[in-house]
Amino acid sequence: MAAPVESTPLLRMRGMAKAYPGVQALRGVDLELRAGEVLALLGENGAGKSTLIKILGGAHAPDAGVMEIEGRPVQLESPTAARRAGIAVIYQELHLVPGLSARENIFLGQEISRGGFIVRHEEHARAAALLAQMGAPLDPETPCAELSVAQQQVVEIAKALVGQARILVLDEPTAALSPREVTGLLARLRELRAQGLGILYISHRLDEVFQIADRAMVLRDGAHVATEPMANLTRQRVIELMVGRSLDQEFPKRRTEIGAERLVVRGLRRGQKVRDVSFAVRRGEVLGLAGLVGAGRTETARLIFGADAAEAGAIVLDGRELRLRGPRDAIAAGICLLTEDRKSQGLVLGQSVQENFALPNLAKLSRAGWMDKRREAAAFDQHVEKLQIRLRDRHQSAGTLSGGNQQKVVLAKWLERHAEVVIFDEPTRGIDVGARHEIYHLINQLAAQGKAVLLISSDLPEVLGMSDRVLVMREGRVTGEIADAAGATQEQVMVLATADAIAA
Amino acid sequence: MKSSWHNRLLTEHGSLLVLLLLCIYYSVVTWSEQHPITPRSGRQLARAIATAPGAHVLIAIRPTAQDRIFASALREELVARGASVIEPVLEGAPTDVRATLEELGRAGQRVDAIATHQPISEWGPLQPDSLAALAAQFPSLKDMRVHRPASHHWPNFLTRENLLNVINQNADIAIIAIGMTLVIIAGGIDLSVGSLLALSSVSAAVVIHHWAGGAQASVVGLVGCGLLAILIGAAGGAFSGVMVTRFGVPAFVVTLGVMMVARGGALIVAVQHQRALSGGATEGTPEAVKVAAPAFGALGNGAMLGIPNPVWLMAALYVLAHVVMTRTTLGRRIYAVGGNPEAARLSGVPVRAVLVGVFALCGALAGLAGLVDASRFEGGRPNAGELYELQVIAAVVVGGTSLAGGQGRIFGTLVGALIIAVIQNGLNMAGVKSYEQKVVFGLIILAAVLLDRWKKHRGAGAA
Repeated sequence: MAAPVESTPLLRMRGMAKAYPGVQALRGVDLELRAGEVLALLGENGAGKSTLIKILGGAHAPDAGVMEIEGRPVQLESPTAARRAGIAVIYQELHLVPGLSARENIFLGQEISRGGFIVRHEEHARAAALLAQMGAPLDPETPCAELSVAQQQVVEIAKALVGQARILVLDEPTAALSPREVTGLLARLRELRAQGLGILYISHRLDEVFQIADRAMVLRDGAHVATEPMANLTRQRVIELMVGRSLDQEFPKRRTEIGAERLVVRGLRRGQKVRDVSFAVRRGEVLGLAGLVGAGRTETARLIFGADAAEAGAIVLDGRELRLRGPRDAIAAGICLLTEDRKSQGLVLGQSVQENFALPNLAKLSRAGWMDKRREAAAFDQHVEKLQIRLRDRHQSAGTLSGGNQQKVVLAKWLERHAEVVIFDEPTRGIDVGARHEIYHLINQLAAQGKAVLLISSDLPEVLGMSDRVLVMREGRVTGEIADAAGATQEQVMVLATADAIAA
Repeated sequence: MKSSWHNRLLTEHGSLLVLLLLCIYYSVVTWSEQHPITPRSGRQLARAIATAPGAHVLIAIRPTAQDRIFASALREELVARGASVIEPVLEGAPTDVRATLEELGRAGQRVDAIATHQPISEWGPLQPDSLAALAAQFPSLKDMRVHRPASHHWPNFLTRENLLNVINQNADIAIIAIGMTLVIIAGGIDLSVGSLLALSSVSAAVVIHHWAGGAQASVVGLVGCGLLAILIGAAGGAFSGVMVTRFGVPAFVVTLGVMMVARGGALIVAVQHQRALSGGATEGTPEAVKVAAPAFGALGNGAMLGIPNPVWLMAALYVLAHVVMTRTTLGRRIYAVGGNPEAARLSGVPVRAVLVGVFALCGALAGLAGLVDASRFEGGRPNAGELYELQVIAAVVVGGTSLAGGQGRIFGTLVGALIIAVIQNGLNMAGVKSYEQKVVFGLIILAAVLLDRWKKHRGAGAA
């Protein structure tokens, strides 16, 4: 790791800032990537990693900050501009055309042609050479739809190399790979590093990071926390840097008698995402569900809510086993889900806030199919007051509200149903501190009313501070339980959430 | 939200404004001399003629109902004012006028005035030189003069007759457009409406002919067949809905298929019917399936209080649909399904059932329009409703409903349908050929869609 200190870095970003409505995603972040190194970009969900990647990929423009490649200032106003500048971003979701072959995808938009005709054999030879060089000797004429995720990734990297990329950005490249495939990918990356590429590597899996990265840069809440050579870091230290805070009075305390089991889930299963999940939530209890993105927490919640069909397992509410054919059945049984993504799943953005509120309550707010508008308005007003939802008027479209108010509208629509089981999926994501606090109070109120609350959160302080018990999930399974959430440390959770797949 | 009021005016009532401007425009360009042929103009004419008592007046009209009403009012007023009306009232063609006048001249009957209206006053026998020749030949006709009601200026476009005609002609499209609005708000599209119209109308006509007693069909039988027509349309729509929701086939493709199947079905039924009529002697041709029952025409050709029945039907359905969309849980669900199907599903809305229901409703309305069409033409026409799907979608889009789903208004569609009808009417009046009109309509649709994009863009900018 004897990189020449004085040499111009391959990529330098200074003072990058970016705000989205309601969120400051990046607050003046500096970054330096040298040729022939792997820099790991670390941080919790929402720390600003994806925003930084999107800026690098030309997908979003920064509000402030300058960027230099080999000392020359560049402006990446589009993905094309980024590619031309030599930056290739390989997103978690691959962007290949499934119907085209590996070769066609590699050369898509950069075809080798003479007089408008593609020179097929040259492309083929070049693709085959590249793939072999990366230790993935697959036939370039195979349609991409038939390739495994790992092979598709190789195709994406080959595409970047054909495009003369010198900076390779990999966003969670191993999320969908088997341990053997991960080993293969890391070997390929070492090969590319030796060729002088600069690689920015984003991953939640610290083991990989320690295997591949030369340096690590940690972001928290959109700000730069530290950049250190890996040699100076330990696993514990990285987690501390990522998590940062210690638990404080951020989370209001509650005193609730925890009673008998209300919601019992046994052997729930669906594909690779949910593999044999069992747990119980008691009366008046808040059960936290921690884990990394993709650990299967949201998928589990969707099964309990009937949004997806479970392949196996039982869901029992107050001793009665439920047969869920869809969310309708779950709602009727008294289960509600505040989805992770409010905009695409929680709200009909084009409809008014009051109409959104009424949607799950239409039967209650109507008579023989006719809306009882007076009752609707009265019920809505009651919640607006109780939850302190700030509105211009009840007919403004839901899309015009801030994140916190949107979440409160979603909450109002479920409170009106008096659900017995309330599942919160990332309830405070993208929500400012004040509104967060109000939502925490509401969670406490629900528990105090004897309901069973399931709280999914990637925000470790939140999940530890708000829950009575915490379950940790990894790769579709419950990998651990922390019985005394208040006394637990975030490190404990992180260890359970990130333990190597091979170890199990 | 600085520019909120004119923004709202544009986004919510923009199409109404366009309709108004169009009406004003056509009123101005069709401003012309009017020669009314009404009881009122008849009485006015009588007062103008009967200044001297005892004048001998000949009334000349054409053999039409409108002229007879005019003539009877005219005669009544003349008699009341002491004029002597020559009997019988002259009714016929120009040659009849000449013949009658010569006959009266030969008989020595004195004629002081010929009371008629503008079209007849332009006829050859009533021109000054012809009248002079008659006066020279027959002394009893020497003081004869032609009188017609006073004219006034008024736009041809803005007459009750023209306006009612415009609406009546487009009532079927407007009726189907209700269903299409619902489908599009729910996030779908239905290309099969024109063909379902034809299939329903032909099927109903065949059933009336063979099973409901043909020309002697009872009213109950006719109503039953009408319901059948609606049901056939509904079944076609429900089929599309099921294909879309159960098998995830895009609505565009499903309804394209249904469109072709239904059109072919309508033609097959018509051809088979013709063949059966000839006792199997001929191949059969895709002619209209005649319905001889006299009561059958009432729906399409009858009128109440001077307003054609299809217009009543259309108005009633628009009011009903508006109420459903704004005041019922079904309306809420339709908007929610179109706005965000996943959020709607996770809120417990039966998304599939709503979609199937909306497609079925759209089909039912196409079936009803088929019934109106069959009634109007007194037979089921297998080629009826061709390209209606496009006109209907155009009306919906022009009316401000977003093709992306989730947003739209029923009365917006009515305005859209009227805009298209009025433009068509105006182009007809201006003598623009039907094939040239297609260019205009294509451009209108593009303009409407651009306006929709622009609105959305502004909406997103404001949010």
